[in-house]
Amino acid sequence: MNPVSDLIRNLADQYGRNRHNLLPILQGVVEQEKYLSEFSMTEIARELDLPAADVYGTATFYSFLEHKKMGKYIIRVCKTITCSMKGKNQIMLAIEDMLKINVGETTPDGNFSLLQTNCLGFCHKAPAMLINNEVYTELTPEKVREILSSYLKKKGVHNDN
Amino acid sequence: MTTNYQLKRADFIFKNENDWEEVLSKNINRSPQELINELISSELKGRGGAGFPTGLKWKLSAEAVDETKYVICNADEGEPGTFKDREILSRVPFKVLTAMAVCGHVIGAKEGYIYLRGEYFFLQPELNKAIGEFEYYCKEINLDFKIRIFMGSGAYICGEETALFESMEGKRGEPRNKPPYPSSCGYMGKPTVINNVETLAHTFTIFKYGAKRFYDLGVQYSRGSKLFSVSGDTPKPGIYELELGMSLADFVDEFGDGDTKAVQVGGASGFLVPRKRFSETAIGFQGKLTGISLPTGGSMMLFNSSRSMFNVLDNYLEFFREESCGQCTPCRVGCQQLLKGIKAVKRGEKNAQYLDKLLRLAETMQYTAKCGLGQSVANSFSSIVENFREEMIY
Amino acid sequence: MAKNIKITINGVTVEIEPGTTILEAARQTGVIIPTLCYHKDLCVAGNCRVCVTEIVGQKRLTAACATPCEEGMEVLTNSLKVRNSRKHIIELLLSEHNADCTRCYKNGNCELQLLASEYKIMTQDFIRLVPFKKYSIDMFSPSIIKDDSKCIRCQRCVRTCAELQGVNALTVAHKGDQMKITTFFEKTMNDVVCTNCGQCINHCPTGALVEKNYIEEVWDAIADKTRHVVVQTAPAVRVGLGEELGFEPGSRVTGKMVAALKRLGFDAVMDTDFTADLTIMEEGTELLTRLKKVLVDRDEEVKLPMATSCSPGWIKYIEHMYPDYLDHLSTCKSPQQMFGALAKTYYAKARNLDPEKIVSVSIMPCTAKKFEANRPEMHDSGYRDVDYVLTTRELAIMIKQAGIDFMKLEDMHYDRLMGESTGAGVIFGATGGVMEAALRTAYELVTGRDVPFENLNIAPVRGMDGVKEASVKIENPLKEWAFLDGVELKCAVAHGLVNAKKVMDSIRSGETSYHFIEFMACPGGCLGGGGQPIPTSPEIRRKRAEAIYAEDEGMPLRKSHLNPEVIKIYKDFLDKPLGEKSHQLLHTKYTARERF
Ligand SMILES: Cc1cc2nc3c(=O)[nH]c(=O)nc-3n(C[C@H](O)[C@H](O)[C@H](O)COP(=O)(O)O)c2cc1C
Ligand code: SF4
Ligand code: SF4
Ligand code: SF4
Ligand code: SF4
Ligand code: FES
Ligand code: FES
Repeated sequence: MNPVSDLIRNLADQYGRNRHNLLPILQGVVEQEKYLSEFSMTEIARELDLPAADVYGTATFYSFLEHKKMGKYIIRVCKTITCSMKGKNQIMLAIEDMLKINVGETTPDGNFSLLQTNCLGFCHKAPAMLINNEVYTELTPEKVREILSSYLKKKGVHNDN
Repeated sequence: MTTNYQLKRADFIFKNENDWEEVLSKNINRSPQELINELISSELKGRGGAGFPTGLKWKLSAEAVDETKYVICNADEGEPGTFKDREILSRVPFKVLTAMAVCGHVIGAKEGYIYLRGEYFFLQPELNKAIGEFEYYCKEINLDFKIRIFMGSGAYICGEETALFESMEGKRGEPRNKPPYPSSCGYMGKPTVINNVETLAHTFTIFKYGAKRFYDLGVQYSRGSKLFSVSGDTPKPGIYELELGMSLADFVDEFGDGDTKAVQVGGASGFLVPRKRFSETAIGFQGKLTGISLPTGGSMMLFNSSRSMFNVLDNYLEFFREESCGQCTPCRVGCQQLLKGIKAVKRGEKNAQYLDKLLRLAETMQYTAKCGLGQSVANSFSSIVENFREEMIY
Repeated sequence: MAKNIKITINGVTVEIEPGTTILEAARQTGVIIPTLCYHKDLCVAGNCRVCVTEIVGQKRLTAACATPCEEGMEVLTNSLKVRNSRKHIIELLLSEHNADCTRCYKNGNCELQLLASEYKIMTQDFIRLVPFKKYSIDMFSPSIIKDDSKCIRCQRCVRTCAELQGVNALTVAHKGDQMKITTFFEKTMNDVVCTNCGQCINHCPTGALVEKNYIEEVWDAIADKTRHVVVQTAPAVRVGLGEELGFEPGSRVTGKMVAALKRLGFDAVMDTDFTADLTIMEEGTELLTRLKKVLVDRDEEVKLPMATSCSPGWIKYIEHMYPDYLDHLSTCKSPQQMFGALAKTYYAKARNLDPEKIVSVSIMPCTAKKFEANRPEMHDSGYRDVDYVLTTRELAIMIKQAGIDFMKLEDMHYDRLMGESTGAGVIFGATGGVMEAALRTAYELVTGRDVPFENLNIAPVRGMDGVKEASVKIENPLKEWAFLDGVELKCAVAHGLVNAKKVMDSIRSGETSYHFIEFMACPGGCLGGGGQPIPTSPEIRRKRAEAIYAEDEGMPLRKSHLNPEVIKIYKDFLDKPLGEKSHQLLHTKYTARERF
């Protein structure tokens, strides 16, 4: 049996199989898989007996429910007003420079995806970013490089060379 | 901390809460009617932005006849420049949980939900722990009330109450037509009270100290204190609890960096106030005060003279263009037109009079959009374009 | 009953029932408020905002379609504020819209175009957004073209597909400026669960969803003198076509239609009603055979209830949604496909024509029939049984193109051989019609007597209820049907796929035990088909239905088995119902498909 199907079945067992359980299940799959593939959405539709189109329509409404393949770590840099005033562009440059990807892209090794997002609710500590569910605030280019280095050293993240 | 200004600090929200069990057990033994009266006489208005009288909201749901009702705590906190609700939930969660349970007692609901924005996922474990402890106590005092967290997934519009219901029902967060209102037809079509995190925290204060303590703070139409999320060009960004009714001039004296050019009150969907209007602007709910009075979800963003107001507006409009649910014409297309429009004027592709057409368009959006998002784009748009017209053109 | 409430609309006091929306109240009093996302068949969305009205005392405007009246409301539908706002909204829609009317299929019958012309939007002050959008056109389906650049995102199609059809092939995806109407993972329409029913087309106010038209192909065939072009017309076309050509809904234009088709240059104009009657012979016999196998032979392989198979939208639906129930479908082809198979065999032989030279065209109220004609298995004549399927709308376009003044045409008759029909064939066009026709014939076959309903009108299966039930007790049957004595034949009729779903679910759960069920994909049956004139509404469909039943009453023959051409074809060609030739030409099989 496909592991994603198992995951989906378990999530459905845990949350229930009604329409109002859809979001937690989508979130559960994204938590594990980082994104919702066509296969995942089909399986969810089947498991919950929902039209597949509705699953797709719902998932694409939410910016955290990615439907394109994402890296192991999704970096979301806040681009809203305060962060933007406080140097978000430099942060983006530092990340792009270090990971050699542009916004919207994933590193070839599949470790990092770089996205921008709207206000994270840390404006008093701008600029801010999320890496998966972890928040990092009062960023500077140096700080960002340190943070990314620590991720690069983490287990499971393999360096290209 | 003390202050010589008219700015009156208050300290209720984050004051220690060791006595929540007492507050809970005491208040669930009071009659719903008594509790509603207490709330009404406090004149507490919703802190989520719209400023609806909380006592009346609970009363309407209490009067709705239905077996099943819900209490929902709106912790979607997506308004740019707002970050107080997270702080409340992480520092004094029991106040909010207690308030929800009391609300459940008042309206006759046995289930409560906290709709927590996806960005605050990291808060979930702690909050769940608090809920566990809370429910344990409820069981001890034989109170049948359950609280669950429902996670959002990155959509500002889901803070709008009916979009939030749709989202909880597993759908796209598209706001519904109103009427019907949540008090009769909310989550799952059932009578629902939905309150902002901070509103609920204030009800705790009111239930603990009585309505008068709260009512005595603030000014007419704007009673009580409120948390302000201060950010931007300020030496002391952070969260502050202040009495309502202060003048913006006093606020800037306290929080400005000496060069404050304008303050955005109420986030991207609020108003921009230029320096020349600081002293005539009072922070509170609509009502006849000196000069203008502004409702606010508590976001105060300061801009100094190094900031381009064009960039600020550009950033807001981009936010709305993305975060609009997209269902209604004025908001979906209007946001795109406003954004493209100011850029075209800036680049000289459209002449300055085009700004007037855009101002009229913003007004149409305010009149015709389906929900508060589209309706309030005009707030920042018009206040920025009218006050900083030159910056839009040159 | 709650007391009526009073409001004023533009200063005029009106009394209305509580719960009435501002829009309904205005319509009742003769005040027109423009709408786009509103449709009588669908739930209220309130998203286009063109219906905004002013309520005196309120700063914001109110969507008339979504707001119930309240006592004492003073409504203004034409104040300056309303006019200016409405104009803005139309301008906004147009700025996002590829407003290329002269090259648009809906030119002349488009709600957006009409609004723009009413409000005289002559300039484009706002920035054109179209060049910034990555709009796409989906032309892969044999039935439907979906052009996103013409879509105003009113969601009528999405609601149609969900509420009327329960198919949910369409959805709204993404948000903000990216929001769009699409399918699962933005696949093409022919790659998802879409049944090609065309209801979304009927409910789309613009040119974003239209049928794939084959008008030019048919003109080419007609012009080609080496070809013999035969045309068949479905029952529901004759009560719809008039609407496209200046008649009121519910007008019967059978004779004029035949005349027009002859003028267009078709070599033979014949009637799908003929194969509808033939269907009854085949399907009726199949039903009785199945009953015998189940009741007498206890054959477990044979499934009841038997479901009708003449609606290709329904067929694709059951193939996707209930693939485990395909055995329940009658194996009869739809009348269109029976006709097609016979045109290139029976007709060709009788007229001494080379079937290869025959082009078989059908005029259908239906877009699913375009898909059906395209099915790989529909080649039993040795050729493609039906070459081109045109909708009622496409026929009207051809008539206009040919410069025919339809109103002035003298009635003409169908050509012989496959042009004769009975009232039973005609009522195929309305929900319940197949059932009624089948009962008229089956009952008589079994008992030798008329079906026991006044004037042969089987009232319980008529009308617009989503699911209708009827039962007929069989008494004193003829000897060979003795096993049916006392059997209460239980029948059901469902139209609109959302109702089909109800019935199917009740079968699956064992809640119901019918013998025979008629399913039609479209609301009202074929008369409300996806190829019928636009607009559609419950009233319009009711009028078309009345016309169908009037046509039936006016026919000298009203039972399929009395159709002389049907008798003749069995004598000369087919031998007997369910015979070998029938099997080869008139019956088919089905394909299980994926639901997700
Ligand atoms: C676009 C939009 C976003 C909103 N976001 C929030 C939010 O994040 N948190 C919140 O409490 N209220 C938000 N609101 C207000 C809610 O709709 C609702 O008025 C509020 O939750 C009611 O609670 P209160 O009466 O306690 O203020 C938003 C409203 C709109 C129109
Ligand atoms: S105003 Fe904007 S967010 Fe609100 S319903 Fe309309 S499109 Fe959606
Ligand atoms: S959809 Fe309507 S408005 Fe748009 S191009 Fe076609 S006819 Fe014109
Ligand atoms: S043709 Fe029918 S099934 Fe297909 S999308 Fe349209 S309404 Fe849905
Ligand atoms: S395709 Fe037609 S019906 Fe569907 S949303 Fe677009 S304009 Fe409306
Ligand atoms: S603007 Fe970046 S966290 Fe608020
Ligand atoms: S018709 Fe009322 S909002 Fe569209």
